[in-house]
Amino acid sequence: MNVPGESLGHPAARALTERHRIRAWEAFPWLLAIAFYFAFPRHLGFGTEVLVMILFAISLDLALGYAGIITLGHAAFFGAGAYTVGMLAFHGVWDEPITGLILAAAVAAVIGLASGLVLLRTTGLTLLMLTLCTMALLEEAANFAYTYTGSFDGLPGITFKPVLGLFEFNPLIPRTQYLYALAVLFIGFVFVRALIYSPFGQSLTGIRENTLRMHAVGAPVRTRLVVCYTISAAIAGVAGALWAQTNLYVNLSALNLERAATVLIVLVLGGYGRLYGSFIGAVAYLVLAHFLSQLYPTAWQLGLGLLLVLIALFARNGILGLFDMLRRHFRSRRPHS
Amino acid sequence: MTTTLLETRNVSKSFGALRAASDINFRIESGDRRALIGPNGAGKTTFINLLTGVFAPTSGRVLFKGRDITELPQAARVKLGIARTFQINRLFRGLTVLENVYIAVAERLGVASAMLRPAGSCREVIEESMHLLEQLKLADDAHHTISELPYGRQRLVELAIALGLKPEVLLLDEPAAGVPSAESHIILDAVDALPPHIGVLIIDHDMDLVFRFARHITVLVRGAIFAEGTPKEIGANPDVRAVYLGQAGHG
Repeated sequence: MNVPGESLGHPAARALTERHRIRAWEAFPWLLAIAFYFAFPRHLGFGTEVLVMILFAISLDLALGYAGIITLGHAAFFGAGAYTVGMLAFHGVWDEPITGLILAAAVAAVIGLASGLVLLRTTGLTLLMLTLCTMALLEEAANFAYTYTGSFDGLPGITFKPVLGLFEFNPLIPRTQYLYALAVLFIGFVFVRALIYSPFGQSLTGIRENTLRMHAVGAPVRTRLVVCYTISAAIAGVAGALWAQTNLYVNLSALNLERAATVLIVLVLGGYGRLYGSFIGAVAYLVLAHFLSQLYPTAWQLGLGLLLVLIALFARNGILGLFDMLRRHFRSRRPHS
Repeated sequence: MTTTLLETRNVSKSFGALRAASDINFRIESGDRRALIGPNGAGKTTFINLLTGVFAPTSGRVLFKGRDITELPQAARVKLGIARTFQINRLFRGLTVLENVYIAVAERLGVASAMLRPAGSCREVIEESMHLLEQLKLADDAHHTISELPYGRQRLVELAIALGLKPEVLLLDEPAAGVPSAESHIILDAVDALPPHIGVLIIDHDMDLVFRFARHITVLVRGAIFAEGTPKEIGANPDVRAVYLGQAGHG
């Protein structure tokens, strides 16, 4: 009675079969990033910082925005990645950048897996506190291991081999850094994008929306969360390694609370669980921080604080959520044909 | 030929001093259309939670097809073929109706942990989900998010998710509560359309629904089985009338 494939013609089914398709506007951020390279050759250092922040925020979005894992300690993995490449290069063990990223991902993933297996038995405020504790433990460990990490002074003046043996990292003209970060971000983004539109990603949103029901449909909830957390940690580790490689130094700021809070603010500002929220949030936050700190060198964080209050009051879903609201508003005002 | 699907042997559950289930011996056989009734606080939902593994019994065993599943967690029992709906909707509120059912169907077909293929390319999951929605007259709402639907329609999604698991035992916890009476027949029709060999247990306060649906009724009072029988026997049982039907008459 039912023709096979017939029900796929339903608008809802079509929306689902087509939602992972790449849309034309999705080229826009990448074109903008390339245009930035040519238009602002003197601000590529700043640009690199934005790209690293986007990748870090994407990793957090996967865990927090999609799977609903409430974490305030994501800098633990960022720092683990940064110190992995930093220490290996500083002590002359390994300084090839691309394999360095892979090592950083592996180290961060192991920490994510080990901590996730314990942490993800809890939820809510307990989970939040435990993620914070994990990060604090790592930070203290890095602080104590002076011989390896340089403690508070960090590891300055690290050098890395040229990317692919061709492109040198020049601290004064960070062209290589920018393009390298852009390439790594692109790969990371493509991976996360595929992940969130997969059945696995769909089940993560299920866990976020109703964990109890996920148990009742037979989903191995904790396994999925641990896998998600591990992947998210690995990507955060890559972002941290990228940060160390493009800045040519590592210090404790890689895994402190300020970094963890900043990436959370970036994600909330842009809109979490929306894939592109990280892009918008990172650009908005860093550009604003840049100009505000120039205008009001002592009180610039006040401006950011006010902005956050406004976002929390009027745009719960961040800047992208605001766009959605406007779009819905205009669509509902347009007379139906 | 009937086989015993789900069975409890002397199952008890205490919450502190409260004995929510005491010495319950109960079985659901293939093809069963059974109802569990009882006054408020009789322990009906507790019993469902014991059957599905939300918590473990204080004492006693739970068996599925003769196999002891007392220690088995919830998700593993679902894989065996035990599905339930909830008295209060437990839906994926921010997702569309289709996505809600998709999650259950994908889980059953074992594709839900696939990472590197788009969810939209699993056509068999989408087709089956849409088919279910059509059966429950939900197809027109398939693209709406749950929070956009009236409560009665949400109840149907609740049922759709459970049906997407193609269970052998289906436990329905007040499936028609909050559904406008004009729509409650959709739920019964859907239950009638289930494969005849699966066992269905329904908990409800709606006596019309219970008596229309059930071939066997179990009455639970203060955590213990009070009476069992066909609808006719239960309806004629003066004790049941006294503790339950009489009470319901006042309400």
